[in-house]
Amino acid sequence: MSSNHPLDQLYRQVIMDHYKNPRNRGVLEGTNVDVNMNNPTCGDRIHLTMKVEDGKVADVKFEGEGCSISMSSASMMTQAIKGKTVEEALRLAHIFSDMIQGKEYDDSVDLGDIEALQGVSKFPARIKCATLAWKALEKGLHHH
Amino acid sequence: MNVNNIRALFPILHQDVNGHPLVYFDSAATSQKPLPVIEALDRYYREYNSNVHRGVHTLGTKATDAYEGAREKVRRFLNAQSAQEIIFTRGTTASLNLVASSYGRANVKEGDEIVITYMEHHSNLIPWQQLAKQTGATLKYIPLQEDGTIDLRDVEETVTEAAKIVAIAHVSNVLGTINPVREIARIAHERGAVVVVDAAQSAPHMKVDVQELDCDFLALSGHKMCGPTGIGVLYGKKKWLEQMEPIEFGGEMIDFVELYDSTWKELPWKFEGGTPIIAGAIGLGAAIDFLEQVGLDAIAAHEHELAQYALSRMADIEGITVYGPKERAGLVTFNIDGVHPHDVATVLDAEGIAIRAGHHCAQPLMKWLGVTATARASFYLYNTKEEIDRFIAALQKAKEYFSHVF
Repeated sequence: MSSNHPLDQLYRQVIMDHYKNPRNRGVLEGTNVDVNMNNPTCGDRIHLTMKVEDGKVADVKFEGEGCSISMSSASMMTQAIKGKTVEEALRLAHIFSDMIQGKEYDDSVDLGDIEALQGVSKFPARIKCATLAWKALEKGLHHH
Repeated sequence: MNVNNIRALFPILHQDVNGHPLVYFDSAATSQKPLPVIEALDRYYREYNSNVHRGVHTLGTKATDAYEGAREKVRRFLNAQSAQEIIFTRGTTASLNLVASSYGRANVKEGDEIVITYMEHHSNLIPWQQLAKQTGATLKYIPLQEDGTIDLRDVEETVTEAAKIVAIAHVSNVLGTINPVREIARIAHERGAVVVVDAAQSAPHMKVDVQELDCDFLALSGHKMCGPTGIGVLYGKKKWLEQMEPIEFGGEMIDFVELYDSTWKELPWKFEGGTPIIAGAIGLGAAIDFLEQVGLDAIAAHEHELAQYALSRMADIEGITVYGPKERAGLVTFNIDGVHPHDVATVLDAEGIAIRAGHHCAQPLMKWLGVTATARASFYLYNTKEEIDRFIAALQKAKEYFSHVF
């Protein structure tokens, strides 16, 4: 298949890399943030565990099942928030939410790999796949 | 049956999606609507929109005649003995909830059993789960064979004298299995249980005769059989409906209202509280006329041919798992190794092909299959072999695409 296939803006190489080799996969024991979330319309699910210490995300892991978009998004998210303060992580979640919905978003923060998910905004049926892990993050940190 | 003539009656099919002519393979979720149905709705709203069963004016009479005429069409379509046995509801879910809430609450008690199968849609599962919780009855499942069919010996074993209700899908929305409802009804009746049939996936596609099936209740949805959304049917044997209490109270369903007591209208209206779904019923009547004109047997034969053709073409592609038996209704549920069904659906959508991906409102069945989600292509009278060829080519593309990006 040629490299300018219309799906290439969705399935970027970096996304496939995270899907195939997920970062921070697993379950942290004895953590203070433990969130299970699923997308009831499609069956995707995520189990997010985080260790929050001194207002920082000291460690984070995820477990789950789902499509390439939902699982790569979870992988990228864990990578991006590890070591960040709770405020920074929540701010990132907010920026991500704007980006994925195709809205104007704060580009002063370096999104790294996450930026590859921008193409998802052009596939409205898949936006929910991308946001699952971030919703779990917000839930976990708000309840913390 | 001339598919081109049929397709000409479905305006929605004649459009490009993502630069390709639309292939609509999601009719098990909802079917498309033919011109006779669209025009019947249009005519009702333009020419005789009025409330039914009240007032003496001309439009009211016209609307009442059309609404009750639709009921008679449904009676004929299902070969019910009387139009009193046909209740209009919002859809299959509402119909099944009505049986569970009214018949179920009155007749099921602690220690009784309610029997369903592993292949039920959530709409024919959760009402019974709730009923079991509320009454203290036990919910039991008839197991499935390896190929997703039901062995009558398992029915004999699971349905005991304690069973009060046996609820089963006529056709599985995931596996396409056509269940032996008549035989299951015989066994259930021997044990003193009533049989509730979820006909959402059968009534649109094959002749359904409630007297031949000898079911006690049967539910269907208009929108899956070329009719509008928001209209469905509950068929019930008169002897049960007569003794059942309404679950919705208000206007339209009453006979006499006094300060502290009221009496209900006779069947079927005691179950149709509030202004009924007039346009929906009229649209469903038009859909039934259309389906009968084409012929339910011809539709079933056409879909059988499409499903068998799809199965044989898919068998040639390596790495595709198909779920369900060979003999099946017109749908194929599958997975491609290493590609999540959402990703399959997105690749197909880019080719203009609409399929369903997910758990198909059958989470216990997904668990039984050992998967979290599947992809499903479902066919109807307007689909063609050429469309299946495009579907097969797109599946191959999806496979290639994902092996390329990995």
